[in-house]
Amino acid sequence: MTLRIAAALNGDSFDAADWISAAREADEALLDFITFDDAFGRRGPDAVLVASRVAPLTRHVGLVPVATTTHTEPFHLSTALATLDWVSHGRAGWQVRVSADPAEADLLGRRAPLGFDDLFTEAADAVEVVRRLWDSWEDDAIIKDVATGRFVDRDKLHYVDFAGEHFTVKGPSIVPRPPQGQPVIAALTHQARVWERLDVDVYFVTPSDVDSAATIVRQLPARKKVFADIVVFLDADQETAIRRRGATTSDAAVFAGTPAQLAGLIAGWEPSGIAGVRLRPGAPTDLTAITRDLVPVLRERGLFEPSTATTLRERLGLPVAVNRYSPEAANA
Amino acid sequence: MPKQIILAAHFPGVNNTTVWSDPRSGSQIEFASFEHLARTAERGKFDFFFLAEGLRLREQRGLIHDLDVVGRPDTLTVLAALAAVTTHLGLAGTLNATFHEPYELARQLATLDHLSGGRAAWNVVTSHGPFFGENFRRGGFLDHADRYTRAGEFIEVARKLWDSDAGEFQHTGEQFDIKGRFGVPRSPQGRPVVLQAGDSAQGRDLAARLADAIFSRHHHLEDAQRFYRDVKDRLPAYGRDRDSLKIIPGVSYVLGDTDADAQEKAHYIRRQQVTPQTAVLLLEQLWNRDLSSYDPEGPLPAVDPVLDEADTIIKGRAGMFPDRLKTANEWRAIAEAKKLSIRDLVIEVTGRQNFIGTADRVASLLDEYVQTDACDGFILVPHLTPAGLDDFVDQVVPLLQERGVFRSEYSASTLRGNLGLA
Repeated sequence: MTLRIAAALNGDSFDAADWISAAREADEALLDFITFDDAFGRRGPDAVLVASRVAPLTRHVGLVPVATTTHTEPFHLSTALATLDWVSHGRAGWQVRVSADPAEADLLGRRAPLGFDDLFTEAADAVEVVRRLWDSWEDDAIIKDVATGRFVDRDKLHYVDFAGEHFTVKGPSIVPRPPQGQPVIAALTHQARVWERLDVDVYFVTPSDVDSAATIVRQLPARKKVFADIVVFLDADQETAIRRRGATTSDAAVFAGTPAQLAGLIAGWEPSGIAGVRLRPGAPTDLTAITRDLVPVLRERGLFEPSTATTLRERLGLPVAVNRYSPEAANA
Repeated sequence: MPKQIILAAHFPGVNNTTVWSDPRSGSQIEFASFEHLARTAERGKFDFFFLAEGLRLREQRGLIHDLDVVGRPDTLTVLAALAAVTTHLGLAGTLNATFHEPYELARQLATLDHLSGGRAAWNVVTSHGPFFGENFRRGGFLDHADRYTRAGEFIEVARKLWDSDAGEFQHTGEQFDIKGRFGVPRSPQGRPVVLQAGDSAQGRDLAARLADAIFSRHHHLEDAQRFYRDVKDRLPAYGRDRDSLKIIPGVSYVLGDTDADAQEKAHYIRRQQVTPQTAVLLLEQLWNRDLSSYDPEGPLPAVDPVLDEADTIIKGRAGMFPDRLKTANEWRAIAEAKKLSIRDLVIEVTGRQNFIGTADRVASLLDEYVQTDACDGFILVPHLTPAGLDDFVDQVVPLLQERGVFRSEYSASTLRGNLGLA
């Protein structure tokens, strides 16, 4: 079985050239997608804008920025991500994040920090609203009917009428349904009580070995795509990699070694049922080690085959997103 | 050296100015359309590309408006993508001070400024009333009277954050009470360029105090000159010189081989813009009542407009008629004198293009406006997506360059630099 390979871009550079070279590196190696780290109050650029900045300069790689649900407007999140999907011709995703830090609440000023339950209730509501807004235009809503003077068939535009504990959203979206219909939604999760709440397509998880990966995969619904996160320090000789790793600790497994050794580890994890791995470069040079040294080894061993699918959904084996407001959905 | 003209390209909007029925009309949402217009503007050495904002689809008679182009991208996201396909063009987005919060928006604008190498601009607008608020957390919380308080305080807070250079900040005011560390170091422009569009005395004062440019709606030469004087005269009170605030009206134009040819094309375009169905809906926007039973080829209504500004028949579009009764009587008089049907009247009184003629005539008119202090430049609003500015860039820009009133090459890498702003 081949795996899908993703890389996490965790930098905080404000120089577009840094992001362009990293994204092109991943694009040319035909990685399946890259994620762009962010947090509401961190030092670093807005990840959705970074992803959009590189979209016209890449052709293949999926673009999955982090965006926070806690202090932001679900309406703006939905339109920004739909726009990323338009700009990238169907390569957009979204890694959902919450903000539990009271200092981040002070940046907004209007709200007290939320507790665990509220954070995830709100995040789940935000995901629901974003998904409804993406569907709020049917694909054939634009009719350009000169005889009646109508540009759009208003019966194919839908109010989403969401009312939750933390916000209400009327809809429809201002953005026509994006190319993927539903861009891919992902979340990094360490606990079952988080997995259960969010309606996402992809889980980033942090197993320590093949057995813990298999345990996690068994706990999640079969239709979900599970990606194991691994922090990687890659060098031609293991000693250099180990020296660079130093005392690095992470929520995810930390690997230090040669590309062949990492390919061996990934091959060992493959039977757990994961859909793929998301490699977090330990340092910026580890990204080029992934794209130039690891990828050829993975391809040679049959662990990775570049996808021919043009949309991220299709590439991940997600079903075509039927519009919840369409007649097909009503008949399903 | 004569005054230099500022030029900007407005992506066609979601109203009847944009003609979708023309065979040359392309997608309003595909990135290729945005790329085409932006590249055309940059080929013409324009100062900036301009996007309006969307917060909710317009409604009329309680139904989603279906006659005009509708559907657009998120402003900041598409501007970030345009930074990838342009190198000098400014990237201006309209973003609402009511439905954003300063920390997040200041961070996004500073991000765009970094990612574009100093080309970000923000057109500040505010909304009040419940209609747009139904899509956002706080609903329609802002009173009409507080619009400028919010906008002014928002800009001041954004400046404080941008000036902090990724440092600590604190702000306690009527609208915002926030503190922490800003996550973005000083961007290439220091502060993204700020545009403002309000026209009331309060709006003019706000612009004089805090804006770098005004997106104005004064088109007629003398009216525009009055506005220009009025706003520039407000600057000394804020310790600013007259060149530090640029006045840039949004304008439309039509080019022809002869002036008569251009007039004919202009009339044809207005007929495309005002279909029979659109004529009745535009009349309803003034009359503020359901006129769906009226024949667009028939006479104007004998009944008077409904004067209820709290509950207008059109939702999601800025008020265009300060005195409905007066305007309605003027329209009736014109229709009677010229024997015009509803549709012909609407074609006559709305949306007349501002500059019509040969390229030579349009170039000389634009130059006259700028040299006689009616404005400092123009935001051109084409009626076709995405090729609506091709003829302007090919035919008018070279004439402006020959006159020595418009750049042949960009002189600076930042938008501020090209606009001649400090």
